[in-house]
Amino acid sequence: MKIEVDPERCAGSGMCALTDSAVFDQDEVDGTVVLLQPSPPVEHEKSAREAAHLCPAGAIRVVE
Amino acid sequence: MTETLYSELPTERSTQFDPPAELGLLRETAPISRMTFPDGHLGWLVTSYELAREVHADRRFSSRAELQHSPRPVGGKAVTQRPPAKPGMFIGMDAPDHTRYRKLLTGQFTVRRMNQLMPRIEQIVADHLAAMRAAGSPVDLVANFALPVPSLVICELLGVPYEERESFQKDTAKALSLDSTFEEIMEAFDQLEAFVFRLAQRKRVTPGDDMLSGLIATGELTDEEIANMGMLLLVAGHETTANMLGLGTLLLLQHPEQLAALRADPSLVDNAVEELMRYLSIIQFGTIRTALEDIEIGGVVVRAGESVSISVAAANRDPARFERPDEFDIHRPAGGHIGFGHGVHQCLGQQLARIEMRVGFTALFREFPDLRLAVPAEEVRMRDDMAIYGVHELPVEFS
Repeated sequence: MKIEVDPERCAGSGMCALTDSAVFDQDEVDGTVVLLQPSPPVEHEKSAREAAHLCPAGAIRVVE
Repeated sequence: MTETLYSELPTERSTQFDPPAELGLLRETAPISRMTFPDGHLGWLVTSYELAREVHADRRFSSRAELQHSPRPVGGKAVTQRPPAKPGMFIGMDAPDHTRYRKLLTGQFTVRRMNQLMPRIEQIVADHLAAMRAAGSPVDLVANFALPVPSLVICELLGVPYEERESFQKDTAKALSLDSTFEEIMEAFDQLEAFVFRLAQRKRVTPGDDMLSGLIATGELTDEEIANMGMLLLVAGHETTANMLGLGTLLLLQHPEQLAALRADPSLVDNAVEELMRYLSIIQFGTIRTALEDIEIGGVVVRAGESVSISVAAANRDPARFERPDEFDIHRPAGGHIGFGHGVHQCLGQQLARIEMRVGFTALFREFPDLRLAVPAEEVRMRDDMAIYGVHELPVEFS
């Protein structure tokens, strides 16, 4: 699994960091998405997918 | 598709916790249906989960205040022409203005920052529960716990002197009450803005370690912008969580088996909070967006300039997304509810609200193991008249 994020689209809601803090974090200054693991390990695939679905701004994309 | 014409938004509830039944019927037959707004505008009503998410996520649907038609009369008046959002009042703006203001705040409300606040929130909760016990049974849980806890938290965050809460709590109540006249609502908002404006001017001279001082320090904002941003955070920061705490307690007290499960395993609280957000949907009349161009959605075409009223409550009870949607079940996967909205305007303070609720419910039910209603449930005064649903008072007993 591969993940892409777009900090420009990000609205800083924190849903990704809340859903999987091993894969996603938030920038200290403006709260936008920081991708910690562009290729998350298998055990994080489900939650990474969930985070992409929950993102209110459509800033997270799962690319296979 | 058959177009059902509704004269107004259904608002009549038949139970304390369920949204109006008509909304559910509409969701089954016409999840986006025509609706006449109080000012005569012919717009739309969205009731399904899928379409609610779609409208919120689509940036061709605008949040600009001056384009909005309100599905409910404001202060008894059908509002026809609203002024544009004041500088800093970013919930009524689109990109790039909305983005500029919001980005100055999102760094302050991250998951990490809010987790760091947890010890302080635990302390505030503990202090209020101790005071509630000292006040003696029976007691009003709203006045002693549900309202003061989030009020104090947001005051400390923003740097608003808590001693001055009486004035802004009174104005907030007036601004959000559907019983207020249009003039009273406008006056209450003006008072709130003036209150934060004076505070911002004081902080320019003597800054503190707080959010208002932080906004001033960016050097990018006028006092008027800071006043409106601060007012927004102040109002949204206490009224919403307060009602979730009050209404959530009433709901849990009426579901003893769920409450027992939560007491037995406090780690259930994270999910319980999501389920409370889904089930209660306290933004009871939903959100509004206006089409900037003709948009095809759900088999219809929403024309440019038409307003769409989105029922968050109906969407959160959509059986296509949530199994047995009308059952309150703290074990269900409730994630993905739109109780905090969806799209770029999704609640800025949601991570703070989550922690306040997690800490608040856990401590309340731990410290008061035999907490119970002091009046029959049907006598609890519900906030049917308020933009944000909840309970006016919640008389409780304990030994």
